[in-house]
Order: sequence, then structure tokens, then C-alpha cells
Amino acid sequence: MKSLKKISLLMTIVALMLFAAACAGGAKKDTTKDTGDKAGKELSGSLVVSGSSAMQPLVAAAAEEFMANNPKVDIQVNAGGSGTGLSQVAEGSVQIGNSDVFAEEKQGIPADQLVDHKVAVVGITAAVNPGVGIKDISKENLIKVFTGKITNWKDVGGKDQKIVLVNRPDASGTRAVFNKFALDGATPAEGITEDSSNTVKKIVNETAGAVGYLAFSYFTDDKVTPLSIDGVEPTDENVQSGKFPVWAYEHSYTKGEPSGATKAFLDYLMSADVQNKLLKEQGYLPVTKMKVERDAKGNQTNK
Amino acid sequence: MNTKTADRIATGVFYCIALIIIAILVSLFYYILVNGLKNISLDFLTTPSSNVRAGGGIRDQLFNSLYVLVITMVIAVPLGLGGGIYMAEYAKPGKITDTIRSCIEVLASLPSIVIGMFGLLMFVNLTGWGYTILGGALALTVFNLPVIVRVSEDAIRSVPRELKEASLALGITHWHTIKTVILPSAFPTILTGIILASGRVFGEAAALLFTAGLSTPRLDYANWNPFSATSPLNIFRPAETLAVHIWAVNTQGLIPDVEEVSSGAAAVLVLSVLIFNLLARWIGSLIHRKITATK
Amino acid sequence: MEKVSSAKDRLLKSGQDWLGGEFRGKALVILCAVIMISATIAITIFLGTKGLQSFIKDGISLIEFITSKTWNPTDKANPKYGTLPFIFGSFAVTFLSALVAAPLGIGGAIFMTEISSSWGRKILQPVIELLVGIPSVVYGFIGLSVLVPFIRENIGGLGFSLLSGTIVLSIMILPTVTSIATDAMGSLPGALREGSFALGATRWQTIKKVLIPAAMPSLLTAIVLGMARAFGEALAVQMVIGNVKNLPSSLLDASATLTTIITLNMGHTTYGSVENNTLWSMGLILLVMSFAFILLIRYLSARRKL
Repeated sequence: MKSLKKISLLMTIVALMLFAAACAGGAKKDTTKDTGDKAGKELSGSLVVSGSSAMQPLVAAAAEEFMANNPKVDIQVNAGGSGTGLSQVAEGSVQIGNSDVFAEEKQGIPADQLVDHKVAVVGITAAVNPGVGIKDISKENLIKVFTGKITNWKDVGGKDQKIVLVNRPDASGTRAVFNKFALDGATPAEGITEDSSNTVKKIVNETAGAVGYLAFSYFTDDKVTPLSIDGVEPTDENVQSGKFPVWAYEHSYTKGEPSGATKAFLDYLMSADVQNKLLKEQGYLPVTKMKVERDAKGNQTNK
Repeated sequence: MNTKTADRIATGVFYCIALIIIAILVSLFYYILVNGLKNISLDFLTTPSSNVRAGGGIRDQLFNSLYVLVITMVIAVPLGLGGGIYMAEYAKPGKITDTIRSCIEVLASLPSIVIGMFGLLMFVNLTGWGYTILGGALALTVFNLPVIVRVSEDAIRSVPRELKEASLALGITHWHTIKTVILPSAFPTILTGIILASGRVFGEAAALLFTAGLSTPRLDYANWNPFSATSPLNIFRPAETLAVHIWAVNTQGLIPDVEEVSSGAAAVLVLSVLIFNLLARWIGSLIHRKITATK
Repeated sequence: MEKVSSAKDRLLKSGQDWLGGEFRGKALVILCAVIMISATIAITIFLGTKGLQSFIKDGISLIEFITSKTWNPTDKANPKYGTLPFIFGSFAVTFLSALVAAPLGIGGAIFMTEISSSWGRKILQPVIELLVGIPSVVYGFIGLSVLVPFIRENIGGLGFSLLSGTIVLSIMILPTVTSIATDAMGSLPGALREGSFALGATRWQTIKKVLIPAAMPSLLTAIVLGMARAFGEALAVQMVIGNVKNLPSSLLDASATLTTIITLNMGHTTYGSVENNTLWSMGLILLVMSFAFILLIRYLSARRKL
């Protein structure tokens, strides 16, 4: 009993310290933010962005441009993963938390306190080794391939090669999206697990019979073959019109409605500059051009 | 088979083993340097890294590695030295000494990822700092401290007893004897040990992953104000070190020239460690010569 | 002359802050000792409380956690938290790499101390020191770019395998094993060798029948320390082992270890969620194992004194 008391005491202290730290951090940043902006003059302040490592390059590049236009604003973009970003923004230790998935899908995050800003869309499809010899697969077969019910490509019209699965880590956002929209929620069978799209591409390219999944931006050469699903080609247009089902938002979350420099930066992310140029450079689709939208539960509706 | 032949065969086997070990090292170095050196250029060392495009360098990572090392050593050396002096000079055999010795042993054998996780809990979340150089340096201190304690304890113990006794016999206090007699003569060994430990800190990645983070803010090398967010000297900024960079570009990166960047970075890392090693030997022998010559 | 006079000065001056200096010095070094103890205790308490949360707060059964073979924390309806494959993977790479590194390391040590000490000191010693210095990520990177394709093309399988992990780890722990084994062999009393030679034994007989048995506990310590390092190594292994959550059925199967699962998933999970807590529990297992390794070493060194 005594030890339990001690633990709970320790946890209380920990909680208090966290709270104090969060308050101190938040308070400090708020004061800096409020200076200047209200007067409608030069924007100033500093903000910290954290989260999804896939989004980090995009946001870092946008931040650089933004800082060039607003020299008094200082933006720090950290990576660390979607989970980290969501945790930190919910705690208040960063101003923006980037995530590959809806906050509602992550456990332990007070999603109702967070405001979602969808800044980009990314299309994902299955990628196979070119030697497999197929370009199109039905969703039904795709599920069978990934759940291990089909183990040879010849059963789906390809060459006589054993299927080698390349997965992403359990908690990865890309995996969650692929499982949900390409596999209709089925749990994939076991396979090599790699976090990086580059590594996945490399393995799929080097291993006969390998299949993984990648964002569209990785299909720049013929090292891997992207698969059409049910005859729908994985193109930007098909994602925008809602025909191709496997896509996801890239989210920037703030705690409560943003203000000051944070708001200005998020507005900048939605501006034509970023949406039409920067996003394309990095292989994302502009969220402004989407003809369909999707909520946290995965229901798709026309805009 | 008579015993003579058995003896000869065994000798041959031992020679083989020695050769295998040497061959492993030589081929490792050969591979790293041959692949790496062609990617190292002044440009590679002086341009910042890129997250998406090819052709990024390792300027910030290299600086971060060195800076994290310096901060770690600033914290760990005095503490470790103090601990070593305590263990060698003050600790009396008994329960407390045993406990401390166990603690050193535990700290020394903890996996670095466990120390990284502890750092995440303590220096990142609890303090509210986020990913910082200081947090990384503190985590590395935890894992480096036992090494320095051991090195300095051994060095102090190997100081001839006569030296210490002569000083004590002159009526000098214990602490003053340590300061003026023992430490100076143990210094070369301690220094060598510290430099070798630096090599390990320089290449450490797992403990830094969760404490110093995976990104580096835009740095302005003209800004020497350690409290400014863009200053490289700011210890409250996240910092991706060279070793972490190699891991990150290989497992999470988006850049197309992974091979080039990581083999270049690996060569820089290994060369640095090599320099640390040679430096340790050179300084060790230099001071040794100086001390023995003046005596 | 100068040196002497300065020493004299120093000694004379020491009388001035007689007690103050002694007290301050002692306080300083005791403080250092206290910091070390508190760091150890803090690590244990922090990882302990955090690691136990998944059992206390989230109600995962410890038995299931350790013995179940299915790991599927993202299944919302029926999450599974069995870490047996990872625990198995960790132990498998640890033991296998010890199996490779122990004969090489001890052989190298014997070479240095018994066969050719001049050669050993001049070449093998620096080689071992340099091997210690190569960062683990570099081992991982070389494993990924050389070993994995080599195994895939020449031996079979995907290349990402238990075997790759084992080889990378064996090379990593080789210097640890060698240097400690060298110390152990070097500290054996010379009389042992002389006695054996005087009885007409050959060098090999002396090594096999006298020296190795005499140094056995220390040699085992060397191996255990190497194993402790292998067990906790994360990044190098993660890059080559393939991270498959099934129990491997052969050396060429991809596998996963506790450390690789932690590094892969830590950033993706949210702080305080069940998934995240289970990762901390795995960290706790690592901590407990390193305590176990220390106890083992303690036991071995107690035997050495007898």
C-alpha cells in the first residue's frame, strides 16, 4: 500500500510539473505572439511545429519562405512522428502538431480541444516489383494478397513468384490509411516492416515478388510499379474526384483556434503559393482542389 | 596425433583468429573510406542538409555532434572525476560503496535506448523543454559518467602509493594531496580515457533519438548569442547529430541520395573517431614523456 | 628545480585553508557519488512506473504480454499485446552473436597474451580499440548496404534476417569480449604457465588445460558483458533485421527485437496511449534484463575470488 501511495504521490508531482511547464511555455509564447499583430503592422512571434516526419520537409520549406517574408517571426519545425506531434500540441508545448491521421483516431488525445487544419492530401497505392508483371488488381485480390490468403502472384495474373510483403510500423499513419481504404480494415499479414518510404521503395525494387505501399510522389521512375485498384489508375485527378479511394489528409492541429503568427502561418500554408507550387514539388496534392472531403470516420462526401 | 602437432594446429588457429579480427577491421575501414571519401568534399561539409532534395550536406549535423559532445563533457567530466576520486580515495569498504559500485555497473550496462527513453521522460516531457541539446547532453552524461568514473578511479589507484604517503606524511590534508599530488600524476591516463570516451559519445545515436530530436532549426552561424533561437550555440534547440542523421536518412528519410549522404557521413564519423583515438595516444605519450622527463 | 619549488609552495599554501579545503573537496566528491546513485534510482523508478502502467492502468495481463505470440495493438476491437516474438528475437540475436563472438574474442585474447604478445600489442590491440570506436549506426549502415544484399543473393531469403542481425551484432560485441578476455588472461599469475611448461606440457596443452579453466569465470564475464551490449543494441539491428512480428522459423527469416519495435513505433504513438505504454513496458524488460546480466556478472566474479 505504501509503495502505491508513493507512486501516486510521484505521479501527482509529475503531473503538476508538466502542468506548470506547459503553463509557463504557453504563457511565454502568447505574450510574444500578441505583440505587433493586432496593430496590423509587422507580424512577430515565435512558434514551434512538431510531428509527422513525412510532413516535416513540406512544413519546413513553407516555414522558410514564410520567415523570409516575415523576418520577425521565428518558426521551428521538429520531426518526431505524428503521435509525438499530437501529444505535444495537446499538452500545449508546441503551437502546431502535424499528423498523418485524424486526431480522433489516436488514443489518449483530447480531439475536441484540437482544431484541425487540413493542409494537403496524399495519395497512396500499392507498389510492386516490376518483375511481377501486373499493373492492375481488384480490391478483393489486393486484400487477399496483403492478408496472406494469396501467396503467389500467378493467382492474380502475374508471374509465378512468391509474394513478399513490405509493411509499415503498426502505429504509422500511412499504414492506417492503407489498411482502412485499400484493405477495407483488414489486418495485413506479417512482412518486413520499414518506416521509410525510401527504404520500402528500395526493398520492393530489389526483391523479386515484393509488394508494399507508397505515396504517389515516389513513382517517379520505373523502379517500382504502382498498381491500379479495380481499374482506377492512381493519378492526382482520380484522387481529387474521389474515384481513387486510398488517400489521406495531412493535418496541422492547433489547440483551440489559432491566433497571431500561428494563424498567419496556417493561412500561408493554405495560400496559392504553397498549395499550387510547394505541395506539387514535394508530391502532395493541394487540399483546395479536392472535389470530395472526408471526416474522421472515413465517410467520403462530395464537396 | 601427437601433442606437438596439436600444439602447432592450435597455434595456427590462433593466428587465424587474429587475422580474421584484423581482416574485419581492415575491410570495414576500407569499405567506409572508399565509399565515403569520394562523397566528402568541402561542399558536403559546409552545406546544410536537405530533407527532400539530393545534394544536401552535413554542416549542421557535424556542428551538432561536436557541440553535443562538448556540452556532455562539460557536465560529465567534473562529475565523473569527482566520482572517481571518491571511489579511489574516500570510499570505505561497506554497504554504501557497494551500492555506488552497483550503480556504476548498472549505469554502464544500461542499453543506450533505455537511457534515451529515460531522457525522453525526464528531460523532454517532465521539464517541458522538448527536444534539446541540453537534454541530449544530459542523457549522454548518464551513459558516459560510469566510464569516466572508472577511468579516473583506475588512474588514481595506479598512482604510486609512495607519492601519496609522502605528501600525507608532510601533514598535507587528504584533499590537498589529491589536488596537488595525485591528480597531476594521474592526469595523462584520465585524459586518454576521456578522449576515448568522447569517441563513443560522438557516435551515439539511440540515446539522442528521443532527447535531442531528429531535426535542426535554421542556424545562423554569425549569431553567437546563445539565447537566440537561431544561434548554433543555443542549448535549448533540437539538434540532429551525425550518427542520428545516418540512421534517419536510412530509415525515415525522403532524399534520393541516401547512399551518398550516409556513406559520406559514416566516413566523417569514423575519421573523427580515428582522430580521437590517435589524439588520445599522442597526448597520452606526450604528457607521459614530459612527466617522466622532469622527474 | 622549478618543479620542486613550486611543489613546496603548493604544499606550504595548503596550510592556509586547511579545514575548508578538505571539507569542500569531500563534499564535492560525495555530491558526485550521490548524483550517480540518484541517477540510477531515478531511471529505475521512472521506467518502472511508466513501464508498469500498461499492466496496472490498461489492464494488460503480464503473462499475456510475455507469452502471447500476437502483437496487434492497432486493432481497435481486439488489440493484442503479445511480445513473445520480440523477446525471442532479442534473445536469439544475443545468444547467436555471443556464439560467434566468444570464440573469436577469446581466441584473439589468447593470441595477444600467450602466442605473440609483441604482435598483439602492436597490431591487435589498436585494431580492437578502433572497432570499439566505430559507431553502431555505421555498423548498421554497412550491414544494410553490404550484408543484406549479399545474403539475399548468395544464401537466400530476403536478406533482412536474423542472420544479418547476428553478424552485425557479433562484430559489434567482438571488441568488448576481446578486451575483457585479454585482461582476464593477462592477469593470470605467470607461475601457472611456468608450472605447466615445467611439467613438459606444450603451449596448447597449457592453454587448454590450465589457463582457460583458471580464467573461466572472467572469460564468462567477458561474454556476458558482450551479450548485455547485444541485447540492448537498437539502431544497427533495426536497419538489418527486417522487423517482422512473427516468430522466425529459420536463420534467414526476418525477425524483430524489443529494441527495434520501440524505435520504430515510439514517434508514431501518442503519449499516454496503451500502445505507447506497451513500448515503455518493453523498455522496462530491457532494464530488467540488464539488471539480470549484472547479477550474472556478480555471480561470476564471486566465483573468481574463490
